[in-house]
Amino acid sequence: MTEHNIRNFSINFGPQHPAAHGVLRLVLELDGEIVERVDPHIGLLHRGTEKLIEAKTYLQAVPYFDRLDYVAPMNQEHAFALAVEKLMGVSVPRRGQLIRVLYSEIGRILSHILNVTTQAMDVGALTPPLWGFEEREKLMIFYERACGARMHAAYVRPGGVHQDLPTSLIHDIAEWCDPFLKVCDDLETLLTDNRIFKQRNVDIGVVDLETCWKWGFSGVMVRGSGAAWDLRKSQPYECYEELEFDIPIGKNGDCYDRYCIRMEEMRQSVRIMKQCCEKLLGADGGGPISSLDGKMVPPKRSEMKRSMEALIHHFKLYTEGYKVPAGEVYAAVEAPKGEFGVYLVSDGTNRPYRCKIKAPGFAHLQAMDFMCRKHMLADVSAILGSLDIVFGEVDR
Amino acid sequence: MSEALVTLGEDIKAALPGAVTNAVVVFGELTIEAEASQIVQVLKTLYDDPRFRFVNFTDLAGADYPEREKRFDVVYHLLSPRHNRRVRVKIQTDEKTPVPSAIEVYPAANWFEREAYDFYGILFSGHPDLRRILTDYGFEGYPLRKDFPLTGFVEVRYDDEQKRVVYEPVKLNQEFRNFDFLSPWEGTDYVLPGDEKAKTP
Repeated sequence: MTEHNIRNFSINFGPQHPAAHGVLRLVLELDGEIVERVDPHIGLLHRGTEKLIEAKTYLQAVPYFDRLDYVAPMNQEHAFALAVEKLMGVSVPRRGQLIRVLYSEIGRILSHILNVTTQAMDVGALTPPLWGFEEREKLMIFYERACGARMHAAYVRPGGVHQDLPTSLIHDIAEWCDPFLKVCDDLETLLTDNRIFKQRNVDIGVVDLETCWKWGFSGVMVRGSGAAWDLRKSQPYECYEELEFDIPIGKNGDCYDRYCIRMEEMRQSVRIMKQCCEKLLGADGGGPISSLDGKMVPPKRSEMKRSMEALIHHFKLYTEGYKVPAGEVYAAVEAPKGEFGVYLVSDGTNRPYRCKIKAPGFAHLQAMDFMCRKHMLADVSAILGSLDIVFGEVDR
Repeated sequence: MSEALVTLGEDIKAALPGAVTNAVVVFGELTIEAEASQIVQVLKTLYDDPRFRFVNFTDLAGADYPEREKRFDVVYHLLSPRHNRRVRVKIQTDEKTPVPSAIEVYPAANWFEREAYDFYGILFSGHPDLRRILTDYGFEGYPLRKDFPLTGFVEVRYDDEQKRVVYEPVKLNQEFRNFDFLSPWEGTDYVLPGDEKAKTP
């Protein structure tokens, strides 16, 4: 064969590839089996969330956030609620904060189980998803018992949470915690020292810390490269300050470190959940679950039966909504996938003027190109798995 | 916290005379307003200067204010993990004037600038690959501009005869309903229909 008819080979990875984690289309340029260039085509799940939110009241915007990262819905709602509360200058009562933290951590475990086990599936292991999804199912039932929906909760609302948790549910969540640690151990016996899993993940997709920051990474991606950075510790919101938990960090910044961090974060989340349950059941765990500002949070149904004022407020809040003072804020939470932020601009009316959603996955996915270069084709799915991409939030 | 941010804002203003026009702290957040043409210099200083070290690129957002002469805002959010601080840098531009691309300082700006171009039509000079990113292949218009209708202009469906997806103008079975809820609880300040002859107090 002469020199000039050797050429690079372009292939499409996705949009319907089981390892593409949704509707990703990667155009790969290959030299043999070596990846030379990656061009991710995204937007196949674009629904115009930001535009839709501009046409809705603040309360009507909440359910859109469930549909972003649909594996950990409440974490997103939480960021939006924090942004609105910052503009309104409203504080959430302690019980409301505890419930939010409890469900944020459930969301974190939901997301990490999905990611860790499907990452394992991408590199050839079938058992972890079967074991992990059993636990996810139990957690989604906790979601359902709190708000009535397994996934699209609309539970964390500006001002607090929608409904109080029954005591039996808190007991059940507390009882779920310890057995789950055993499941984590079981999952680790399948993966952590597994020869094939390590061969596929160790030293694959290495990123150094400076590059991480420059490329806008956050969450597990920067912690894997050695940054002790977690918004729950460094810029604490809600009641994270009074809870005890550790932040695992990695050394090498490869796919394997990121897997290890996710496993440890699940254990830390269980630790937080236990403390939350204890505090919720404790003597000072009672009280209101949302702000008592009647011009923002609708009254309870029992009040509406007795009070004309409450009835009027209920009607007005669910039709017109409340007005938010003019201004702009950025509020971020440590979502399972990284820093999830909401940049909210209000013009003083009942609808957001602009609501920019900062999705961690968007920044992570654009790094696919330099992370995959000079790797083998098979490593693409391992790297993609360790980035923890969910298309709901990337495409918005 | 707030005083520290005010000081930080003054430091940034002093470090970049002419490029930074204003620094304000509202809602406990520091906002820097800068000249669009100088943005790369501003970002470089924020990145390099040991007092600032805003090494993490958090977000880039466009925003549309059609009543202004320069209708677009480009809003950068940066984070300094070392000093545990955030800053927001805002610049203004219009449909025609390109903004210098931030890619040489923050490579992460690549997709975010493509997104701002896709949604608002904001142009970035020096961007290596300013394509649409989130909207459909072959999409026309800039959907997040305030003058773009929520329903859009075209809809798609699968045509069984042609065996392909076809684009058609949007047909709504019911008119899009946009309620004006801006009448405040305290009372209206415009004439309600039917009240034209009523005496005004």
